[in-house]
Amino acid sequence: MGRPANAFSRSMGNLGQWIDDRLGVSAIWAYVMTGYYAPKNFDFWYFFGSLALLVLVSQLITGIWLAMYFKPDADLAFASVEFIMRDVEWGWLIRYMHSTGASAFFVVVYLHMFRGLLYGSYQKPRELLWVIGMLVFVALMAEAFLGYVLPWGQMSYWGAQVIISLFGAIPWVGDDLALWIRGDYVLSDVTLNRFFALHVAAMPLALIGLIFLHLMALRKVGSNNPDGIEIKELTDAEGIPLDGIPFHPYYTVKDVFGVGVFLLVAAFIVFFAPDLGGQFLEDANFEPADPLNTPDHIKPVWYFTPFYAILRAIPLKAPGVMLMGLSLVMLFLVPWLDRHPVRSMRYRGWVSKLALAAFVVSFIGLGYVGGAAGSSTLTTVARVLTVVYFGYFLGLPFYYKCEKSHPVPERVTKHG
Amino acid sequence: MASDGVNKGRRRFLTAATSVMAGIGAIFWLIPFIKAWNPSARTKAAGAPVEVDVGDLRPGEMMTVEWRGRPIWIVRRTPEMLEALPGLDSRLRDPDSEAEQQPGYAQNEWRSIEPDLFVTIGLCTHLGCVPTFVPNAGPTAFDPDWHGGFMCPCHLSKFDMAGRVYDGVPAPANLVVPSYRFLDERRILIGVDPEGVV
Repeated sequence: MGRPANAFSRSMGNLGQWIDDRLGVSAIWAYVMTGYYAPKNFDFWYFFGSLALLVLVSQLITGIWLAMYFKPDADLAFASVEFIMRDVEWGWLIRYMHSTGASAFFVVVYLHMFRGLLYGSYQKPRELLWVIGMLVFVALMAEAFLGYVLPWGQMSYWGAQVIISLFGAIPWVGDDLALWIRGDYVLSDVTLNRFFALHVAAMPLALIGLIFLHLMALRKVGSNNPDGIEIKELTDAEGIPLDGIPFHPYYTVKDVFGVGVFLLVAAFIVFFAPDLGGQFLEDANFEPADPLNTPDHIKPVWYFTPFYAILRAIPLKAPGVMLMGLSLVMLFLVPWLDRHPVRSMRYRGWVSKLALAAFVVSFIGLGYVGGAAGSSTLTTVARVLTVVYFGYFLGLPFYYKCEKSHPVPERVTKHG
Repeated sequence: MASDGVNKGRRRFLTAATSVMAGIGAIFWLIPFIKAWNPSARTKAAGAPVEVDVGDLRPGEMMTVEWRGRPIWIVRRTPEMLEALPGLDSRLRDPDSEAEQQPGYAQNEWRSIEPDLFVTIGLCTHLGCVPTFVPNAGPTAFDPDWHGGFMCPCHLSKFDMAGRVYDGVPAPANLVVPSYRFLDERRILIGVDPEGVV
């Protein structure tokens, strides 16, 4: 038939050809891998998208195995987790991979998002790519929260109590909504049972769907790059970007190296510090849930603490909850707030650079404050940092007016 | 098939009518899935009233019982505690208990039926943590001018000995007083109003 040979049929011979004629895998492979031209100047910050995919796969597999032994019952849940840890062969490893994986997910996703802010990857035509990515982030927060409730320890219970009460702050419908979410007048077995269903079925399906859309949008608009140049504007006679290289094999090889380094770090944590000093698994969660006693110091896991600090900075319930919600909404709006004619921070002026640096400091600072026991000094610090956090977003439409940008090159540059 | 003679208006009407009917159907389909999240009959039945013997509770002491899965505090307040209450009014958000956080028969200076015996749900009205009982007046880490009451460890909300919330803390409202009645001198029943109250 004179069809050109492809990698799939070459390696599988006639059987491969037979399958390809009926399934079209080689065309899909070419579309997403060998025929996807990515900018050739990717740097360190471009590891974290593929790492997020790796963590997703790890979470799905370890999660399925945990579900085989976990009992979603308020009387049995805590003991079933201990059973996994002590009696199931290799159960401790699978459980620590899952709990460490949750934190690792947020580490790579936060770095992935920072990359977007650094190189302006949300600017036109990548607005929807960014918004879908933010939806993935929100779904991931929901998934992580639901999962943290399942072991039914003290922090599971009181963390969930606080988070569900946040919905109670919504005017008029709040209390009924909280009741509807819990399915009981208090957090109980009913709640645990439905959170299990959401954690293992509903949210993973939503996440996979959103990530598929995220990748579809990426394939359509193409990756941005550290120089913030649109590589599709300069192509050769065949329409291939002059500054593009096929994702496979060039970036698959690069990403495999990133995977190697990531797995080294992750394995070190899993084997030597699975609770990371109370950051990944909090001390209070090694005690079974007690609905009559709140632990002295309740705090969310580290990846929620920046938002929690914003909530705590406001001495009123409803406005505090609103401001916390707004801190997420701001991130959604970034593509429309930022009016800078230059995409990448490399060629923006010092005002933009300083603003981004201040934002990073405020986010990390809020993370620290949100995890510490409350005091009046820290509340003041939290308020200052909250102002800086929102200030960054509110300044986005204006930074370019106060600074002189550097000239943006026509072709991507090589550093080092 | 040729497109000649197609009645476009008729086609649009049928498409729209089908879509509307399907939409209505989808809404009906959704109802059971939303309703299934409401408290079940078993959950509702579990909220039966609880009988408590408070005869051995001495002045200044607090006991905790469970009702509907929630901690219910019962405090026997001393005369000094009761005398301190009116003096705090200026520092409170709702000193006269105007918000409906208690049954009508407990909307008074002490927020209780008998002045000394205080019954309340021990969950902070901010985000539902269990506050700590700090009965003794005197300077504390969280308040240099403390007159006794409850302090929530989660976000430092403060309540006085009648469960009234201080101004300037995250909790928006006074602690909730459940319905309860006295059965006799020693026993109270939590979860039902006194006889004669509608």
